[in-house]
Amino acid sequence: MSSTNTIVVLPDQSTAQLPRKNYLNQEYGLKSWLLTGDHKRIGLLYLFSITFFFFIGGAFASLIRLELLTPASDLMSPDTYNKVFSMHGIIMIFLFLVPSVPATLGNFFLPIMIGAKDLAFPKLNLLSWYLYMAGGIFILSAMVLGGVDTGWTFITPLSTHYVNTHVVTAAMGIFIAGFSSILTGINFIVTIHRMRAPGMTWFRLPLFVWGQYATSILIVLGTPVLAITLVLVALERTTGIGIFDPTKGGDPLLFEHLFWFYSHPAVYIMILPGMAVISEVVSTFSRKRIFGYTAVAFSSVAIAVFGFFVWEHHMFIMGVSNYSALVFSLLTMLVAVPSAIKIFNWSATLYKGSITFEAPMLYAFGFFGLFTIGGLTGVFLGTLGMNIHLTETYFIVAHFHFVMVGGMLMAFLAGIHFWWPKMTGRMYPASVSQLAAVVTFIGFIFTFFPQFILGYLGMPRRYAAYPPEFQVLNVLSTAGATILAVGYLLPMLYLPWSLKYGKIAGNNPWQATGLEWQIQSPPLTENFVETPIMDHEVYDYEWLANKTAHEVETVG
Amino acid sequence: MSHISPVLWEFLTNWLKNSPLFPPEASTIAPYADALYFFLLAITVIGCLLVGGLVIGFSVRYRKERSPEATQIEGSTLLEATWTLIPLGLFLVAFVWGALLYFRIYNPPPNAMQVYVVGKQWMWKAEHPGGQHEIDALHIPTGRPVQVTLISQDVFHSFSIPAFRVKREAIPGRYTTVWFQATKPGTYHLFCTQYCGTQHSGMIGQIIAMKPDDYRAWAASSTSGSSLAQNGERLFASLGCNACHTGSPTSRGPNLAQVYNTRIRLQDGSTAVADEAYLRESILNPSMHIPAGYAPIMPTYQGQISEDGMIDLVEYIKTLHSNNRIQQTLNTTQLSSTQTNGVTPTASGVVKP
Repeated sequence: MSSTNTIVVLPDQSTAQLPRKNYLNQEYGLKSWLLTGDHKRIGLLYLFSITFFFFIGGAFASLIRLELLTPASDLMSPDTYNKVFSMHGIIMIFLFLVPSVPATLGNFFLPIMIGAKDLAFPKLNLLSWYLYMAGGIFILSAMVLGGVDTGWTFITPLSTHYVNTHVVTAAMGIFIAGFSSILTGINFIVTIHRMRAPGMTWFRLPLFVWGQYATSILIVLGTPVLAITLVLVALERTTGIGIFDPTKGGDPLLFEHLFWFYSHPAVYIMILPGMAVISEVVSTFSRKRIFGYTAVAFSSVAIAVFGFFVWEHHMFIMGVSNYSALVFSLLTMLVAVPSAIKIFNWSATLYKGSITFEAPMLYAFGFFGLFTIGGLTGVFLGTLGMNIHLTETYFIVAHFHFVMVGGMLMAFLAGIHFWWPKMTGRMYPASVSQLAAVVTFIGFIFTFFPQFILGYLGMPRRYAAYPPEFQVLNVLSTAGATILAVGYLLPMLYLPWSLKYGKIAGNNPWQATGLEWQIQSPPLTENFVETPIMDHEVYDYEWLANKTAHEVETVG
Repeated sequence: MSHISPVLWEFLTNWLKNSPLFPPEASTIAPYADALYFFLLAITVIGCLLVGGLVIGFSVRYRKERSPEATQIEGSTLLEATWTLIPLGLFLVAFVWGALLYFRIYNPPPNAMQVYVVGKQWMWKAEHPGGQHEIDALHIPTGRPVQVTLISQDVFHSFSIPAFRVKREAIPGRYTTVWFQATKPGTYHLFCTQYCGTQHSGMIGQIIAMKPDDYRAWAASSTSGSSLAQNGERLFASLGCNACHTGSPTSRGPNLAQVYNTRIRLQDGSTAVADEAYLRESILNPSMHIPAGYAPIMPTYQGQISEDGMIDLVEYIKTLHSNNRIQQTLNTTQLSSTQTNGVTPTASGVVKP
């Protein structure tokens, strides 16, 4: 079964079958899903919902790239284009990236990884999914009723006085979805503090849990500010009070401060859970404990803390005081360091490992490449003088897509491929999934690398029409997006296929050390037969080797 | 960087600067911005090669076929310190370098030529002090610093000239400034880079940099006949400003002659410099800026003066060196009050309620 270039250990397929009793067949019927308190089922509800919204957001992305094939705005009117990129941003950020890893993989695995039966507040957890769906419905109805054309940044006074679209509906959708994030964040913080299994000390927590913890702090402290800001926008738009309107004594820059006070930490809300996934994957597929565990854990916390003090770097050209710009640029440089620490620690983890290249690891390698470029180009933008030329151009579009899509989406796909056998009990085909990871990486580079060059040439973002000299690079970008789309569609085919035809995965196909791999796949509703006792370090492969020799924990 | 291999460095930068993948360098700031860009580019390339090299190198050397058993390593404080401090050091160099460039771009030299630009959905209106008005175009001389004072009449816009490597937000309700000195005559893009609504991508203008002689010829042939200050003077009289700001020691409003760029003591004890922003603010929100010794009787002009008009008024006050002209206007209006063709038909000497 075990060849020299893979670690996959599957049970004998002629006799293996899925566990007789598990969380998927505990109960049947729609009601058993819609009223479930099981964190695993809620995780799957989220997985279906965010995949749905990802494809809507992706369809808008395709429309953007098609429109930009030619310099003139010929596929759609500028108004339509503005609505398309606004909906792309709103859906992708608030309905996909923010909940992606925490609400799906976090919900599913955080309790299991710390040895708990469920999250601290299962009903709040279910409520958070309903709030998310309610927010999603508001945003979709804004889209169906005629759209929003403010961009996802809702800049005032444009959003309050100068557009005639469904700003309030969309803002309310984000407001409601924000509460879904807050509930998830609170649930995670309480669960991590109060529900760890005996022996599961803070420094035995898997790094995935550290990442979720840092993210939850950001969510709980940051999201209320966004909620307040959106309420103020809605009030100014409906009642005409002068909070942001300069002709009534308001200050439009106040909106920028409030909005970015959330939306910069939101960038870390989106990327930290991705980094958390990468730590697990890199350790598993190099058979090694993470190099510098404490450095990786505390760098997540450092990012969460510093992340709150850099928001003004979105406003360097907006007439803020030169001296406050200095302070925020310096802090931006500081927040870049923990990310570098993580990258180097992951690289060092490979040293003297025993590395295999299954799909999750290939996605993680993709993450390394794209996140390194995305992070370093962030330093360009944090550098004051350079920011002036680069901000509001395609350079910034390329930068945040490298971080958010190149980094976060690659990490999300790494996580989905990593934990898929645990969630479903079945394996997906190995070679097709490796191909998908490579295609995604190549497509991504072709799509977004030309945009860095476009940005330095000065092409502004959010242009439906552009001067003709920018066309060649835009065509290249659109061509790359086609490859990228293939990369995203492949998992949509073979993952559902595997649900019926995939090989039985067994408890621990990757030979990973986490508690979630020591139980049956798919897990029982109550996760563990008896409360596990954590008597070893996390990522302890020696313990694992000794353990599998003696015991196999399957019920049924 | 350049001392490692000056020839190679020169070759690479020259090749890149002449390729279509690089914007023209047409201002005195552009070479400074590009030097920083190449420094950051070098950091990025080195960082990517390092991470890529480590990941690929380790993947080849320690793949399972060659390394069936992993060796567990806890970590290394020395290595952690290394890869914390070296990136931090590099980022701090970028920070200092970037800060110097930022101050260079946003601190105009004192002798800069002044131009006003108003952004509105969806056009750029440029106003030269000599009375030249332009839409979606800005003529400037090469070899001379030009300071642009920006304001928006509606939403946020952003005044961006990629060939000059400068950009500044045009904000509703407050002045911002940016300066540049063009080095090569030519026509360059002026983009609005802040999303501003439906025709955002149509808000493109031209910067026409001309040799100083050509510029003088253009300026002489394109003037509207009256300078901004002259427009401002007419507005000053028609709004009835001169009724209170007569310049006499007993008048109800402060003397405005030579007030520009002086420090003013306010009623609450604080002081403020009477720059463009202060003058604009004290016309729109007078009660916020009462100079010491004056009663808060000036009405607000919020909503009554366009941003172009505000620029005219500010420019007029800036050029107001004595009160002779005000006195003349006052005498004229008192002689024949029917001749006032003002925006607000206020009888002279009466403060509006």
